[in-house]
Amino acid sequence: MRVKPRFNDVATVRAGLKKVNYLADDGIAGVVFLADRLGKPVLIEGPAGTGKTQLAKSVAELTGARLIRLQCYEGLDESKALYEWNYKKQLLRIQADKNSDSWSEIHDDIFSEEFLLTRPLLEAITSEDPVVLLIDEVDRVELETEALLLEILSEYQVSIPELGTITAKQIPLVFLTSNNTRELSEALKRRCLYLHVDYPDLEREKEIVLNKVPDISQNLADQIARIVRSIRQLDLKKPPSVSETLDWARTLMLLGIETIDAEEAKETLHILLKYQTDIAKAAKELSVTK
Amino acid sequence: MPVLDLMSGFIVELRNAGLPVSLTENLDAMEAVKVIPIEDREAFKYALGATLVKNNAHWRVFETIFEIYFSLRGPEYAITQDGQPDDFWREMQEQMARGQGEGQGAGGGMDSLTPEEIMSMLMRALMSGDQAMMRALARQSVQRFAGMEPGRPVGGTYYLYRTLRNLDLDNMLAKLMDANREMSKQDLTALEERLEKDEFESRIEQFKQEVESEIRRRLVADRGAEAMAKTLRKPLPEDVEFMHASRDEMQSLKKALYPLTRKLAARLARKRRHGRKGPLDFRNTVRHSLSYGGVPAEPKFRYPRPAKPELMVVADISGSVAAFARFTLMFVYAIQNQFSKVRSFVFIDGIDEVTQYFKATEDIGEAINRVNTEADVVWVDGHSDYGHAFEVFWERYGKDISSKTTVLLLGDARNNYHAAQSWVVKEISKRARHVYWLNPEPKSYWNTGDSIVGEYGAFTDGVFECRNLRQLEGFVENLT
Repeated sequence: MRVKPRFNDVATVRAGLKKVNYLADDGIAGVVFLADRLGKPVLIEGPAGTGKTQLAKSVAELTGARLIRLQCYEGLDESKALYEWNYKKQLLRIQADKNSDSWSEIHDDIFSEEFLLTRPLLEAITSEDPVVLLIDEVDRVELETEALLLEILSEYQVSIPELGTITAKQIPLVFLTSNNTRELSEALKRRCLYLHVDYPDLEREKEIVLNKVPDISQNLADQIARIVRSIRQLDLKKPPSVSETLDWARTLMLLGIETIDAEEAKETLHILLKYQTDIAKAAKELSVTK
Repeated sequence: MPVLDLMSGFIVELRNAGLPVSLTENLDAMEAVKVIPIEDREAFKYALGATLVKNNAHWRVFETIFEIYFSLRGPEYAITQDGQPDDFWREMQEQMARGQGEGQGAGGGMDSLTPEEIMSMLMRALMSGDQAMMRALARQSVQRFAGMEPGRPVGGTYYLYRTLRNLDLDNMLAKLMDANREMSKQDLTALEERLEKDEFESRIEQFKQEVESEIRRRLVADRGAEAMAKTLRKPLPEDVEFMHASRDEMQSLKKALYPLTRKLAARLARKRRHGRKGPLDFRNTVRHSLSYGGVPAEPKFRYPRPAKPELMVVADISGSVAAFARFTLMFVYAIQNQFSKVRSFVFIDGIDEVTQYFKATEDIGEAINRVNTEADVVWVDGHSDYGHAFEVFWERYGKDISSKTTVLLLGDARNNYHAAQSWVVKEISKRARHVYWLNPEPKSYWNTGDSIVGEYGAFTDGVFECRNLRQLEGFVENLT
């Protein structure tokens, strides 16, 4: 099943993502391009708040596809991820035809697609229109549940014992995100392309700030990006994420600050950092005179 | 060499370095290479990375090997012959000349530049953050200062040192800061100054990397990729030995430690909650049967809730195993919410409890520093004496050991031929639930010289070799 590639080259991906307000670096754009060409899912790992989920959303927006999202959690199972039989409807069907149909007919009938409730994974591959499938925080499910994903990730199909195998009508772009709270299984990793999204470098972070915070001045964005970089270099419990940088930028805008001095930086640090020890450390660092 | 041959050599080297590259991943990489042209080197690198490297901790090793194998591909990465400037460099020269008038050094080619001029050019490039200029200067200075001799089987550290020394890079930061201060009209605030410093530091670091990769490229050109890869082969972070880690490796170990502990804590917590099903919970089953009209349709089971173990860590922090003890303490404290109580003791020839240092601060690094400076661990001469330390431990804290306690003994058991006093370990193991010994030495060294780990080990529930993060992780996982 070969489908027309969505993108021509890496540069197109990058430019396209920029158009939908996602600033990708070479690695991100390259992997998205490759995922399309090879028809493989992408496993995105990285610290929290670096835009892993946003990437899937932006790609969906870029390709004009519908985003189907499966939020993973402990205890997620087949009936919530893949499909479930609609018991109530089946029961109604049996009772409605109590007298007329023969047993074998009903039996065949109640296990047809009419009585199937599709869950995100099945929905993604049966969909006629283009979709982007986002399997969010896949590291939260148990190791055993991961196996549920393997068939769909490698073959783009779902086997239902009563119905047979349902194959995808078109290969969706699949993104899996992980916060790395546990090692994912080899089997899962092998089926995916791997992308590690780290904190952006200075230039990219500045552009992100300029892009996402309306009316911010070049000068302030530059200063914000540089201060955040300096803070990230410290040995912190939780370094500031991109979303926290943006929050900080918005706060500074609200306060009407044009250039940050040490005092103001210290007073607003609690937006960037969430641990008291981190805040104290950063405040100390920023006010050092040399 | 065709790309395919290069690729297979590359993948063999990745496996040699310890990266788990499976056959399917290999095929994926080949597939990826088809759609991404090798000329676009950044994209090519990320394509290979995405298909072959599935763990971020392995990225640095991958990058190094990639550079060795692919750095000579593509016209703009070709090596310049001594004496003939490459086009790029010439272009830079012209730009410079145009920018500054015909004043200095114009027309002469870079060979006529004195080292001082190169240095001042470097300083200007660093000041303005001119990437292309920095790259050109990196090449130029390697060619001039490294004094590379063809055929020598070295990794290039020495050449790097020589190049950087000639450029006086150590003082560069101070000079840049001075120049910056002069240039700006009004006084910089402390914050601005600090930001400037960070900026320059990162530029200097970048320049260093340029120099390093230039040296590496020249070495590869001289000796071939395979030989170079072998010289530069480094263990993965989880395989680095605690006892022999270099400063750089120490840093990357430390970085690897935090995500690892988080991962481990999550896994341990999960393991506790999702144990096997216990016996039938009669009461609960009857309660739920009410909604089925009294039919016990949904049997309920008791889930076992194993008690969290108490932990006592007794660590040798004498010079020979200090790095190991440091890591283990950090590790234990990072996952301490998995234990109901953690107490730690450190010793050399005296012993002291250091639990409160960890309690007092959230910052593990600071706590370890306090342990190393404030704990009272020297009794006579500051050489390890396990026997005496254990004796004191038993005397002072022995009564606190209960049947819930797991005791971890850390050290190489090199006792400097003092009395072993192994009866203490025997007594401890009688009282405690488990006693384990972690030894950072390779197994083949055990019980040689003054190591008496066998004598102590006989009374413990097991002696484990614990030389790297992988082994440490494996041990802790089995503990709960």
